[in-house]
Amino acid sequence: MTATQKRIIINRIALGFSTLSAIIALAFLFWILGVLVMKGVDSLSWSIFMFEGSPPGYAESGLKHALVGQLILVGLATLIGVPLGIMAGTYLSEYGKNSKLAHTIRDISDIMMSAPSIVIGAFVYAVVVMPMGHFSAWAGAIALAIIMIPIILRTTDDMLQLVPGTLREAAFALGAPKYKVIMDVVYRGAKAGILTGVLLGIARVGGETAPLLFTSFNDNFFTTDLNEAMPSLTVTMFNYAISPYDDWQQLGWAAAFILSMFILGLNIVGRLILLAGKRK
Amino acid sequence: MASIIDIKDECSLHVRNFSFTYKGATTPSLKKVTMPIAKHSVTALIGPSGCGKTTLLRSFNRMHDLYPGNKYEGEIEFEGRNILDPKEDLIHLRTKIGMIFQKPTAFPMSIFDNVAYGMRLQGIKNKTELEGRVEKALQDAAIWKEVKDRLKHDANGLSGGQQQRLCIARAIAVEPEVLLFDEPTSALDPISTQGIEKLVIELKERVSIIIVTHNMQQAARVSDYTGFMYLGDLIELGHTEELFVTPKEKLTQEYITGKFG
Repeated sequence: MTATQKRIIINRIALGFSTLSAIIALAFLFWILGVLVMKGVDSLSWSIFMFEGSPPGYAESGLKHALVGQLILVGLATLIGVPLGIMAGTYLSEYGKNSKLAHTIRDISDIMMSAPSIVIGAFVYAVVVMPMGHFSAWAGAIALAIIMIPIILRTTDDMLQLVPGTLREAAFALGAPKYKVIMDVVYRGAKAGILTGVLLGIARVGGETAPLLFTSFNDNFFTTDLNEAMPSLTVTMFNYAISPYDDWQQLGWAAAFILSMFILGLNIVGRLILLAGKRK
Repeated sequence: MASIIDIKDECSLHVRNFSFTYKGATTPSLKKVTMPIAKHSVTALIGPSGCGKTTLLRSFNRMHDLYPGNKYEGEIEFEGRNILDPKEDLIHLRTKIGMIFQKPTAFPMSIFDNVAYGMRLQGIKNKTELEGRVEKALQDAAIWKEVKDRLKHDANGLSGGQQQRLCIARAIAVEPEVLLFDEPTSALDPISTQGIEKLVIELKERVSIIIVTHNMQQAARVSDYTGFMYLGDLIELGHTEELFVTPKEKLTQEYITGKFG
């Protein structure tokens, strides 16, 4: 056997193994999605969106409370987290640049990004829930916002730095003050990237359960009161899934399906925006 | 030493004993440069890489101030005052002294908004006035015919040469006194280059132009005066024809005949 033949055979073996590994890894993903779709679609019905939670055995039970609660929690977290994240990222890219402070903030933000989310839940329990004396939607939203901030901060920082320096100089050369350069030129240039970061940040916190367990807690009834405990899809799913009742378990599957589609959708939209931005 | 001609016509800028040191550098990048810039004419700056021609150009609109720590010494006189004064209003200065960059810098917005940008910064909101001045600027930059049907389109859809003319339109829309060109054609094809050169010659009716170029033929084609720089010194400033045909300095002659560069 010549050296070339040997090399071709080794190449084929390596290629075979890596393809097989990729297939195995992807198989689990599609398995999970497949089970979710089968069980989830089965449990879907209009009543899910019309009724709130009820004791097991009642026909008129649904997930309206958890769906609305989830939207309120994630929406509130977005309102808190997105402005903070974008402004902090703007500071890093446009003002802090390579200063010591900017590097320290970047490092801390990276550490925060990998912090276990239950630790953030415990933190919010200590600083918000304990002083208030009870669980609340505010506490849940703050916990989610804290998880969201480092993601948005980092993508904003990265995306703003991708805007060419000459574009900033050109705006300055026309007599633009710095805040105008950032608002009119830099943000516009990084629009797609920042939007993607925001969507991925929302998708990330949308699936969080641990930080909500002892912040917004849970409730089986419909509420829009931000000062009270608020149900979420994730915690509701957890409670229903571990219950011994068939109809609750069905609702748990439905919740899992809706949540997965929501997050999958956000991720796909985020990536499409980024792709469209790159193609220009 | 240096051979600087005395310009008899009116000058728009006077550089006197100007030195410039970049942040952290021990030696200055420009050493006591003295140079008049004639009004309503084109002055070209030539010289090998690193000679300081772009550094000098970017001093006229205080572009170096965007990066803290650089040091100016000496004087650049414009409209009767020293623009190196720390109290100089940079926003006002940059509306009077515009700049065109090496690579086209179309903003990520529509063609119309690009040209209107500088005027809007000055607070012009009247739609009719904006439309009139945008059209005029685009016509003066010889790009009106190509873009008049797609003013609302994204400016990044234009070709490189068109974008560069758009940038020129954007700069002249605010009616500056001086325009600085930093190697404006080095990223363009020969036909676009021709277009830009023609434009530079037409524009000197209204503005004083300083152009940095690596291309000596370009300097010879477009400029009235040429300054040759070497290692942070202005070696020679003269009428373009004289400088290229009968240079007074030995260094200039060696550079233009290609002995180094």
